Amino acid sequence: MKVMCAMSGGVDSSVAALLLQQAGHEVVGVTMKLWGGDSDTGCCSVSDVDDARRVAQQLGIDHLVFNFGDDFDEHVVAPYVDAHTRGVTPNPCIECNRSVKFARLAERADLLGFDAVATGHHATIGRTTDGRLTLERGSDDAKDQSYVVHMLDQAQLARTMFPVGGMQKVDLRALAASIDLRTATKPDSQDVCFITSTGGRTSFLGDRIPFRAGTVVDTDGNQLGQVESVELVTIGQPGGGPKRYVLDVDTEAATVTVGTDADLLRGELVVDQMSWIDGAVDGEVLVQCSAHGRALPATVSADGDTIRVRWAEPQRRVAPGQSVVLYDASNTRVLGGGICRRT
Amino acid sequence: MDVTEPGLTYLDHAASTPMRAEAVEAMMPYLSELYANPSGSHRFARRARQAVDEARDTVARVVGCHPNEVVFTGCGTESDNMAITGAIARHGGVAVCPAVEHHAVLHVVEQLGEPAGERGRVVGVDRFGRVDLDELAAVLDATPDVSIVSVMAVNNEVGTITDLAQVARVVRRHAPGALLHTDAVQSACWLDLREITPHVDLLSLSAHKFGGPKGVGVLVERGGPKVDPLIIGGGQERERRSGTHNTAGIVAAAVALDLTDRERVGENARLAVLRDRLVAGLEDRLDGVTETVPLDHKVAGSAHVCVAGIESEALLFLLDEADVCASAASACASGAMEPSHVLAAMGVDRTTALGALRLTLGHTTTAADVERAVDVIGASVDRLRNRATPGTARSAS
Repeated sequence: MKVMCAMSGGVDSSVAALLLQQAGHEVVGVTMKLWGGDSDTGCCSVSDVDDARRVAQQLGIDHLVFNFGDDFDEHVVAPYVDAHTRGVTPNPCIECNRSVKFARLAERADLLGFDAVATGHHATIGRTTDGRLTLERGSDDAKDQSYVVHMLDQAQLARTMFPVGGMQKVDLRALAASIDLRTATKPDSQDVCFITSTGGRTSFLGDRIPFRAGTVVDTDGNQLGQVESVELVTIGQPGGGPKRYVLDVDTEAATVTVGTDADLLRGELVVDQMSWIDGAVDGEVLVQCSAHGRALPATVSADGDTIRVRWAEPQRRVAPGQSVVLYDASNTRVLGGGICRRT
Repeated sequence: MDVTEPGLTYLDHAASTPMRAEAVEAMMPYLSELYANPSGSHRFARRARQAVDEARDTVARVVGCHPNEVVFTGCGTESDNMAITGAIARHGGVAVCPAVEHHAVLHVVEQLGEPAGERGRVVGVDRFGRVDLDELAAVLDATPDVSIVSVMAVNNEVGTITDLAQVARVVRRHAPGALLHTDAVQSACWLDLREITPHVDLLSLSAHKFGGPKGVGVLVERGGPKVDPLIIGGGQERERRSGTHNTAGIVAAAVALDLTDRERVGENARLAVLRDRLVAGLEDRLDGVTETVPLDHKVAGSAHVCVAGIESEALLFLLDEADVCASAASACASGAMEPSHVLAAMGVDRTTALGALRLTLGHTTTAADVERAVDVIGASVDRLRNRATPGTARSAS
């Protein structure tokens, strides 16, 4: 097959390209230029692009850079900034996967005659006995990224490859080292690419939106104090006193409500904009609400692209904007996912 | 000696044109047995020194200046940088340039002063990319301390020729104390530099744009030193540009410039025919091809079109697969295509500019190249347009 391998300059996508090549595919490496502003790795992440290009050269495959900066601004950065003004906590990496990697890049690949797009995500694509495609957790529990690629549907899965999803990270690094790939010992990226470790979220948002001071109140409405910027407060974070947590953020009223851990517990939540791997599912499932969170038992009922999740045991409130991903009872297969509604 | 890769249809001469075989041959001795440092004091060094001096004479003859006015630098960008930052370092004040300059000028002007840009002024252009002379005059009138104005002779993206005699008249009248610099990097193959030089104080060239090697630039400083040097050290180039001479490169650059100058009139005529055939061929073959600048406003080797309904990033991939080398706009440090600042300044809307295609011809271009390019581009654009379904052919909104 002719495969476009998205190469970020990290070890996972380097090995993905290597495995594709070893499997006999015709591989072209592509690095996307997404962010033009400051980042921890320099303008346009030039050093990461250099790494990707040098790995491609070592493998003897072509390497290109596509500029999807406009798409990234429109579909990832602008919504990220906007969400904070509404007291919503988005996951920009998931939006990037949804709108850029598995949309814009996949469309470009299709246009240019490629059969599939591959990435270095730790997830696996399988096939049921009746020929339906499945999305499953990566083999390395600690590195599993099925949560961030949960939005793929059957048509997308058919044109997607995750070559390293079946590998343990330690083996993957060993493989990279065995052929002296320059990315073999490169640390994993941790954070949102457009937020620098020096400036952080505060400086990024501060350059783009005016922060509003807010009042901190308890559940009875008693004023407890002030916060400098309600836009930076996230539900569930500690604050407002010892053993107190943020229960709610109302950016319009500039109010932050705090309470005890018990006040934070909810029996259910509503999830919008659901996408399904292979059609809507009702009933008992496992539900994961953050990239490295545990999947917990719940019962779901679907209504169009909205679902209601009833926890088996009450759980801490999920911040609106977070992606909520459903897994089957065995905790291996992704069923679908969506975005936690503000309720 | 054919230095072009066989089978390749190379239409990216404005990025770099193949070295002239004579230039390659001329540099060889200085890469091997004649290795002495031209600044040395022994007879071996004097041979190298003589080669640099003779190269300087040749460049001066083609440019139309005195040999003492020729400074060899490391590249065209260095020459541009030295002109602008050197002028501000020596004279203070403000630098002015049009918005379509190469980044080697534009980024310097935009970053001058504290805060960045405080000592730079960027002037608008007309729809062909020529500096707006009325706006230039107004900016010069409104800015009493302009020390340098930089206006390119030929635009590197769209090929537009600027009449520097006209520009000079405006600058001399509205800013009599200012230096006039021209980035003539894209001019050497197409224009008689002797007709440009008298109008300016400073002029930049780059050897690899006219069949010389990469890593050699020229800054002409008419009437002696006008700006402070950028590189300080051993005092080479009469203390205008320190650093050991790139003897081989300088010798080869002079050979290439001389050849280019001798063949210029004939090559202009030959390549204008091929270029016109290329543009006409694309217009006949495809709908929605717009010539960005009319042919009579630009140099003979430049074709620049905007192709509706496609993105040049995708088109260039297919051309590359078919062994056709072309370009769109300038690339950033990562290698990604940047939306063209030149087209934006000319008032071309962003969606149209996304379909930009630059095809530039040069001394190795043949009629067969042009024919093949029309075929391959035609087929590639058809393919992109046919495969693109609504929603995928997105504009960059």
